[in-house]
Amino acid sequence: MSPTPKHSPDSHDADHLGHETHNHGSLHSYLIGFGLSVVLTAIPFWLVMSGVFAPAMTGGLIMAFAVAQIVVHMIFFLHMNTKSEGGWTILALIFTLILVAIALSGSLWVMYHLNTNMMPAMPTNPAP
Amino acid sequence: MATIAKAATAPGEEPVFYLTEEEHHAEGSSTLLGFWIYLMSDCLIFAMLFAVYGVIGGNYAGGPGPRDLFELPLVALNTSMLLLSSITYGFAMLSMDRRNVAQTQIWLGITGLFGAAFIGIELYEFAHLIHEGATPQTSGFLSAFFTLVGTHGLHVTFGLIWLVTLMVQVGRKGLIEANQRRLMCLSMFWHFLDVIWIGVFTFVYLMGMV
Repeated sequence: MSPTPKHSPDSHDADHLGHETHNHGSLHSYLIGFGLSVVLTAIPFWLVMSGVFAPAMTGGLIMAFAVAQIVVHMIFFLHMNTKSEGGWTILALIFTLILVAIALSGSLWVMYHLNTNMMPAMPTNPAP
Repeated sequence: MATIAKAATAPGEEPVFYLTEEEHHAEGSSTLLGFWIYLMSDCLIFAMLFAVYGVIGGNYAGGPGPRDLFELPLVALNTSMLLLSSITYGFAMLSMDRRNVAQTQIWLGITGLFGAAFIGIELYEFAHLIHEGATPQTSGFLSAFFTLVGTHGLHVTFGLIWLVTLMVQVGRKGLIEANQRRLMCLSMFWHFLDVIWIGVFTFVYLMGMV
């Protein structure tokens, strides 16, 4: 019961199935991703904890850092590229991002206007 | 495809314009794509929970708000735990590529410890909030907060159970092809949860304290 098989029967199968495009990255890429993530996490925490900028400015900046860090994770940790699985992973991701964008912006927009329009109108009751 | 080409080019034979053999699909060849699509659906669940938090996260109902409750040093510690577990899982995958069972197991174990630390800190935070009277029933803000952060924590918990299961599997069967595939799926799951956490600490904790 050797834990590692002497010959790996999966290797030629994997090539045959096009899994060579599914790389697991290298030590180098993982370390770059980790370093970038640490920086992109530390800066927003510092911005909020020190309060060097005005709240609106800080809010916009930390959102930008979050987006940047998500992209870093996608590339260096999840190994996203346009070729893996014949482009189907990136297609599924783009489709999901579109749905997320519609759901988030739509919910926030509609409910924000619902709140601002309904609340003051309550006492006067203009509804038919 | 090869069958067609061979049959068509063979001299003196009737050309064949259909597949003469079933296309060969090795077991699990589509698992990784399928798992990615599951992750995308999970992403939609989290998007809905973020939307809920965005909509009712400002309804304090006279109860405590983010500034009264959140402690950023604790959140920073939690974030670093999850980020460290991400990189150690990456090291486990690199060890797996080298077919080094012992190293893979060690890195998976370290990943599990960081994950457990994350869950421990989160449970401590939740217990602290509930002890202060900031329960999910207090306000819309806290309902949305506990649902969003709790769902993420639940995912990490199931990831930990999965991780231990795979460590047992690798211990018993070694790094066979099936176990490699399972480890790759968990790798995607684990890194995906770290991506969701970026949204949580930015949108919930940091934005709440700005």
